[in-house]
Amino acid sequence: MTENKKPLISIKNLSKHFGEGETRVDALRDINLDIFPEQVVGLLGPSGSGKSTLLNVIGCILEPTTGQIELDGELVYDDHWLRSDLRGLRLEKVGFIFQAHNLMPFLSSMDNVAVVLDLAGYSASAARTRAGELLEYLEVGNRVEAFPGSLSGGEAQRVAIARALANKPRIVLADEPTAALDSDRAGIVMDLLRKVAIDQQAAVIVVTHDEKIYDRFDQIFHLRDGILSQT
Amino acid sequence: MNLAYRDVRHNFGRFMVTCLGLSLLLGVVLAMIGIYRGLIADALELVDTIDADIWVVEKGTRGPFAESSRIPRDTRESVARIFGVKSVGAVTFQSIETESDGKKLRLYVIGYEPGQLGGPKYITQGRGLTGRNFEAVVDSRTGLDIGDHIQLGRNGFTIVGTTVNAVSSGGEPAIYLSLDDAQKLQFDLSPSATRRERARGAVVVNSTDTVSAVIARTSPNASNDNIVKAIERWKHFAAMTEEQQGIILTQSVVEKARKQIGMFTAILILVSAVIIALIIHTMTMDKIREIATLKLIGAPDRVIIGLIVQQALAMGLIGFAMGGFLIFNIQDFFPKRLVLQPMDGLSLAGVVVVICLLSSIYGVYTALKVDPAKALAG
Repeated sequence: MTENKKPLISIKNLSKHFGEGETRVDALRDINLDIFPEQVVGLLGPSGSGKSTLLNVIGCILEPTTGQIELDGELVYDDHWLRSDLRGLRLEKVGFIFQAHNLMPFLSSMDNVAVVLDLAGYSASAARTRAGELLEYLEVGNRVEAFPGSLSGGEAQRVAIARALANKPRIVLADEPTAALDSDRAGIVMDLLRKVAIDQQAAVIVVTHDEKIYDRFDQIFHLRDGILSQT
Repeated sequence: MNLAYRDVRHNFGRFMVTCLGLSLLLGVVLAMIGIYRGLIADALELVDTIDADIWVVEKGTRGPFAESSRIPRDTRESVARIFGVKSVGAVTFQSIETESDGKKLRLYVIGYEPGQLGGPKYITQGRGLTGRNFEAVVDSRTGLDIGDHIQLGRNGFTIVGTTVNAVSSGGEPAIYLSLDDAQKLQFDLSPSATRRERARGAVVVNSTDTVSAVIARTSPNASNDNIVKAIERWKHFAAMTEEQQGIILTQSVVEKARKQIGMFTAILILVSAVIIALIIHTMTMDKIREIATLKLIGAPDRVIIGLIVQQALAMGLIGFAMGGFLIFNIQDFFPKRLVLQPMDGLSLAGVVVVICLLSSIYGVYTALKVDPAKALAG
């Protein structure tokens, strides 16, 4: 599957430490990682192992200490950020799915998805059309005008996935997306992420502790004390 | 997509309750400005209503409002003969307390000679005074109507007309009497006092033909300053122009009250600014996770700043409009007059906008400092 494709996420010799001297903590140590289109990979590890740090670094939220990060063919970090507009970079290339779906409580399902497209410069009508299509695709098309407060956990998570996919990112970072869901719903969410990976030629990284979805990953990486290993 | 509008629409009730609270505060600020203006307007109203160009009073006093003044009534004839004086009048002023319908009523008695200067500027109902016949014209704020009777001193008076805009610098509504009636009210002793004076062998004088001031209106091309100088050469009198009288009233009579209210208004504006800043900060803190999510999904700073500033401005302006509406509709229930001027309203609206913008700075600063990673925290 991966031989003929360039990795969507390519990380080389990436390290991140916090503090200096006696208080220094090495959160990530010499990480090397390639993730290809259509791959859904799991990132596992105990609390404090550096999973969130790695996710934040890949999502251009946290600056690493050294190394290289290439996203969708663009070298974005080489011992320093190569782009000043990191938010624009995220908007363009990365979709985030959160454990607590983090939908805007004051926006309907439709608007929660459309807001990303609005930020990306879509016209209002084009944004609503695309948001409607995505919500249909994720089987919550009947809840477009509902506000997050009236959505079930599964519905809210699907709307959150729709928002993450709205601008057609080729990198999807999901932080515990099934933590609040039962087995059936967790399975549905993983199926959706798989579908997205294939349909959008995207790379999906899922940080999880949820053992019931381990068999859904193409690859599983373990982080322990900042060191990445592949199972 | 206007996020500020969507948030307000979704939390409309809470937003409007916040605006209502703010409106009460801004309403009080507006009322204080109205009271301040009302105080000055009340102080100047009588001078404006009488509309005399020259005020002649007792030498060494700044009467008749700031200090008491008493000059002979016939001074009027001397003033009338000065070149440039068109018309003259003699007036007396006196505060009095009486009862009407069982309620205490404070009145400001103005005595003038019917047909001469010093009478009411407008008669809104009924007619003016015609002579010394125990009739009176009252300001509508007395609550008295035509045909009502009122007891002043030893005599009863019938209300024959009403006027407006006639109050003392203390806000007491005016009652106009003929000069003779007013003098009688001012100088007549009560029967018991008369008996006491007779018992001790004093000569009882029932009336004194003195007035508080003589007023004059001048020809359009006459120099008021020259007329004042001419009168002051007589040595027994002081004279001042209408403008000087106005300055005495605003700078002496109501100066402390004016400063007090001005100071209180300034403090209220400061308190409003602090409260608006706190409300905006709380509104921002309530949305901190949403702001972190917006930053995470790529929203530029202008979107986040817009969210906070637009809501702050909407809250300030809606609060101001509600406060203005409230005060405008209840202004007549205030015991003293409120003068709500459009320019004051616009100025306060401008101040509210500036306060909202300044208050937003802290909220914006807080929002821009939010780490987008906060959205990822469980």
